Amino acid sequence: MSEQEHSEHIVPPATYLAIILTLLFLTGTTIWAAFVNLGRFNIVVALAIATLKATLVVLFFMHAKYSPKRTKLIILAGIFWLALLLGMTLSDYITRVDYRGVRFPISQVSQQLPAQRG
Amino acid sequence: MHRTGELYGQFKTLEQQKESATLGMWIFLITEVMFFGGIMLAYALNRHVYFPAFAAGSNTLSLKLGGFNTVVLLASSFTMAVAVWSSQVGKKTLISIFLLLTITLGFVFFGVKYVEYSQKFHHHLVPGKKFDIFYCVNNPAGCPDVDAPELMEESKLLDEAKAADPDLNAHAQLYYSAYFGMTGLHALHMVIGAGLLFWLLKGSLAGRFTPQWNTPVDLVGLYWHFVDIVWIYLFPLLYLIDRHK
Repeated sequence: MSEQEHSEHIVPPATYLAIILTLLFLTGTTIWAAFVNLGRFNIVVALAIATLKATLVVLFFMHAKYSPKRTKLIILAGIFWLALLLGMTLSDYITRVDYRGVRFPISQVSQQLPAQRG
Repeated sequence: MHRTGELYGQFKTLEQQKESATLGMWIFLITEVMFFGGIMLAYALNRHVYFPAFAAGSNTLSLKLGGFNTVVLLASSFTMAVAVWSSQVGKKTLISIFLLLTITLGFVFFGVKYVEYSQKFHHHLVPGKKFDIFYCVNNPAGCPDVDAPELMEESKLLDEAKAADPDLNAHAQLYYSAYFGMTGLHALHMVIGAGLLFWLLKGSLAGRFTPQWNTPVDLVGLYWHFVDIVWIYLFPLLYLIDRHK
């Protein structure tokens, strides 16, 4: 909390240019990857690339890299709570089994229902 | 009253004052993350449960328009970042130029979004009584903007999805509700952002932002980049589900 903490760090436009080019390249990559059949991992790759892009925006465009630790702590706390929200809820739903012992995706359930009704 | 950088009593230095403002903006942005996070969660659950319908819905979106808008929005983040830099180094004309560029790119985004939305209305893809995911396949004349090979592929995809999910039309509406809800809220944020940019432009044309005081440019910049990040996630989540078929 010392007040001589730092003078404002100015990011030069050349850095911004490098970042935007990387972002555009990653956008191309994510579209390309979507057309490759990776099965369940398509979404993993898509989210990984999106997170990489978001990280670049936060660190450089939003100057988080050059921010005081307080600001970084706030950002990390936000990401942590978001991870709790998504992680805890989805880990429940994705592993859920209904009263017939059928796994949750309803598309499978509705296929089985007519057969059970006879 | 023009607040052009006087030091308020509760701060020791201008720097500390600006850091506090930035910290406050970040806390606001974290509440926005939570706000969008809840919607993303609803999306994720529905996508998990009704995956075939979500994949079918996603394949009826225009990847060209969506991809183009992604590039536009990323570019607008770049021009915004350069506007912030201009204000930090005191290049007063450049601030206005880059703010104007950012606004222009924002409006290009709105224009493309308008085209996309109106196509969805014409294609009967807006959740409600008239919703019919098979509309374009059954009425090619009603969808002049989708060409024949695309329709052939769409027809095949939709038939497969229908085989996997007999209630495809109902569940595809969940997908389109997510689409309109998420892109609509994102667009609302952009409208607010564009309003703030006009307000900044007014200030920069009056020459109010200096290397000593440019807090509003910096904070609106943070907001604009945040809206960009939301789109960085929305694009793969909405446009790129199961494209590889």
